[in-house]
Amino acid sequence: MNQLSRRRFLKIGAGSIVASAGLRQAARLAEPARAAAQSVVRRVPTFCNICFWECGAIASVRDGKLWKIEGNPLDPLSHGRLCPRGTGGIGAQFDPDRLRSPLIRVSHRGEDKWKAVTWEEALNVVAEKMQKIKSDYGPESFALFTHSLGGRFIQHTMRAYGTENITEPSFAQCRGPRDVGFTLTYGDDPRSPERTDIENAQCIVLIGSHLGENMHNTQVQEFAHAVGRGASIIVVDPRFSVAASKAKYYLPIKPGTDIALLLAWMNVIVSEKLYDKEYIDKYGFGFDQFAQIVQPYTPEWAYPETGIEPETIRATAREMARYRPATLIHPGRHTNWYGDDAQRSRAIALLNALMGSWGRKGGLWMPASLDIPAYPYPPYPKPARPAADNPGNKYPFADQSISTGIRDATISGQPYPIKGWMVYSTNLIYSLPSPPETIRAIQNLDFLVVIDTVPSEIAGWADVVLPESIYLERYDDLHTNPFKQPYIALRQPVVDAPADQKPNWWIAKTLAEKLGLGAYYPWKDIEEYLAWRVKAAGCSFEQLKRDGVILGAKQPIYFDEGAAATFDTPSKKIEFYSVQLQRAGFDPVPKYTRPDPGPPGSYRLLYGRAPMHTFSRTQTNPLLMDLESENSVWLNATEAVRLGFKNGDYVRLRNQDGVLSNRIAVKATERIRPDCVYMVHGFGHTAKGLRGAVGKGASDTQLMTRYKTDPLMGGTGLHVNFVTIEPEV
Amino acid sequence: MSRFAMVIDTRRCVGCNDCVVACKTEHGVPLGYSRDWITEELHGVFPDVRLEIRSERCNHCENPPCVSCCPTGASHIHDRGGVVLVDHEKCIGCKACLAACPYNARFVHPDGYVDKCTFCIHRVENGLDPACVSVCPTHCMHFGDLDDENSEVSRLLASRPYHSLIPEAGTKPCIFYLT
Repeated sequence: MNQLSRRRFLKIGAGSIVASAGLRQAARLAEPARAAAQSVVRRVPTFCNICFWECGAIASVRDGKLWKIEGNPLDPLSHGRLCPRGTGGIGAQFDPDRLRSPLIRVSHRGEDKWKAVTWEEALNVVAEKMQKIKSDYGPESFALFTHSLGGRFIQHTMRAYGTENITEPSFAQCRGPRDVGFTLTYGDDPRSPERTDIENAQCIVLIGSHLGENMHNTQVQEFAHAVGRGASIIVVDPRFSVAASKAKYYLPIKPGTDIALLLAWMNVIVSEKLYDKEYIDKYGFGFDQFAQIVQPYTPEWAYPETGIEPETIRATAREMARYRPATLIHPGRHTNWYGDDAQRSRAIALLNALMGSWGRKGGLWMPASLDIPAYPYPPYPKPARPAADNPGNKYPFADQSISTGIRDATISGQPYPIKGWMVYSTNLIYSLPSPPETIRAIQNLDFLVVIDTVPSEIAGWADVVLPESIYLERYDDLHTNPFKQPYIALRQPVVDAPADQKPNWWIAKTLAEKLGLGAYYPWKDIEEYLAWRVKAAGCSFEQLKRDGVILGAKQPIYFDEGAAATFDTPSKKIEFYSVQLQRAGFDPVPKYTRPDPGPPGSYRLLYGRAPMHTFSRTQTNPLLMDLESENSVWLNATEAVRLGFKNGDYVRLRNQDGVLSNRIAVKATERIRPDCVYMVHGFGHTAKGLRGAVGKGASDTQLMTRYKTDPLMGGTGLHVNFVTIEPEV
Repeated sequence: MSRFAMVIDTRRCVGCNDCVVACKTEHGVPLGYSRDWITEELHGVFPDVRLEIRSERCNHCENPPCVSCCPTGASHIHDRGGVVLVDHEKCIGCKACLAACPYNARFVHPDGYVDKCTFCIHRVENGLDPACVSVCPTHCMHFGDLDDENSEVSRLLASRPYHSLIPEAGTKPCIFYLT
């Protein structure tokens, strides 16, 4: 059939379709089955940056164009398979909303009006403002908000400049409570990537952790294998999560009552003597006091609090004990829910201790690491004043900077004024609760510079915006997290940046030079830096460039194999009873506080993750938005009938303080309790430059006008907001 | 002879959409269109609910109505593995096959021809798994030859309960879901 008759057929058969021969030709060239024979495919190993897991990957470039990205089989995190965000990560490269050149604000802050400038001009402004703040207030008055591995060079420049106010929302707004709860118990935290031995666990307990919806790749892979081999899975969640659908026991707990359930489990395990006595005798401290304290918390006591029947509590406690020590009570990751989260995490740590699972196969392994020397830089100047995030050590167990503490200091000017912010790769309007407070803090600043890949909401408030090249276009520092088997992974450029975007190392180095801090960057470019570090670790940079990953020798990761059973706590043991907590005026063993029920007729707002998106940073990636373009609000089906909403109806949520959300579709479902609603975090963007995302779905953060601060460590409990539902008119 | 099939373990699948996005990048499927997709089937009343999550696509039926209804011969059975393909050159975009397919597996590509899953025959014929199978982080998808009784797909079907979609349509689908 010739082209002419084909087109005629098209005209007749599908009137709305206009096809030109030229377009069709292009489509055919895009068809790999046809093009494969003539194509040149270049494969470049690197590691992903769509989330903090940073899996090893291999990107394919076909005929000079980025084609696809797959897992690197050598990589211990991905095992050759990425998650959907990783696979769709290439969409970040051709995201039409990317920042293309440095921008300087030309009107009022927050008005989002800009002129494009050169890097020279932009960095001169940044350096000049930083010098001014340094001379007016001291370098500590400049703070950095950062996220993930990409921020390391920026941190280096800021420390060289003289500030210790370097903070990551990933502590106080995410994993901090968990890390503190575990450190109080074991003297160490679950780390990232977590030391969870899901691969070998016989019984896995997930408390609000929705593996499979949060796509922490290694964990999801191991979890799927665990399901496949018939491991016993216990899921505690007010929502019937994907993980719940794989569980032997699903416990639809009343939100905010997890500590009651944990105490009742511990009560059963202690009273029925189901714990690992030998392990506790050897490693435990204060067990008898602990046992006495949990004595009143019977399953019958917990039943009215949690809604979980006493027999189910007993059965699940016995189930855990049956498989110990290969019983993993998952520490979770995003754990700032109710404001008593460090204590809830400590209760989870203690339940693991009763199972004897810390340091044991199927529990939580001891991380193995490679000795990779840091680059020898000159020492940083000592700041004249201590960090401003936690004045008077108000939160005595905060062992990292509290991001909301920096925000508080910026608002109050106490303990000293914070007049400049640099924000790297974290959209603070979404990553900190109560956006009005963030904006109030910004209004107190003399200067705000944002480094980002897209014109995010926080970039909209900046004075200067610096466009970063994405992970597929740059080198970064080495990826060397301690893991089951130690490794070094390399991120290296796959394709060129499409416009005037620059890698973070170049931005950090050039800025340092403009600040007169060039001595802190003795290397010429990052390849020289990386080559030095890889060589210092005794490895070959050429091999790393070729393979993307170099594995270190296996080391013992379980106590039984010879991993050191040391605990960096005051007693040098696992602290069932915490004297340091008691001395600081806190409960030495976690106690339960009944959660605030919220205004009558309202629903507790819960939020979580979708496997296709990361935080609020992937909603302009066309490939990922094609998978999920907006979030929905999960509402119990019976409640939906009562309120007169059908699946797919658009509604708005109004929180207890009158804040009204963007419109969002109802998901009327039997998968959630009737006293709460649920939505995926990160949608409902308002920044007009995020053309692919703006107005799609609703923002949970906007509705978080309240948060409950954890008295131990300053984390912000975010599951404490309540909403009513209004029809969209 | 060979009879290609996919066996998908619904117990492992978490519905993450990795198979969907991998297909898009592998084949350059235009935005807004998909050759594969995720279906969630829920039964029961909270909290006693059962959820089956399935990765779905063309079933590469043994008795494909999309082939028998095609006026130009564009929809055809490939000479290897019984894979159902569409010859874009022969396709006139008449949509008869869209109407005939009980699985809603086909769509009209913006360039005018009908498009759908090819079982990644270009990969399979080079000894690779289909893209969706190769990326799945849960290892829930398996591809192979049903005519080979020692193949992984044959062994899985011999050892586990399974179902296929709309068997009553009589199309003899070649995608099987382990339960």
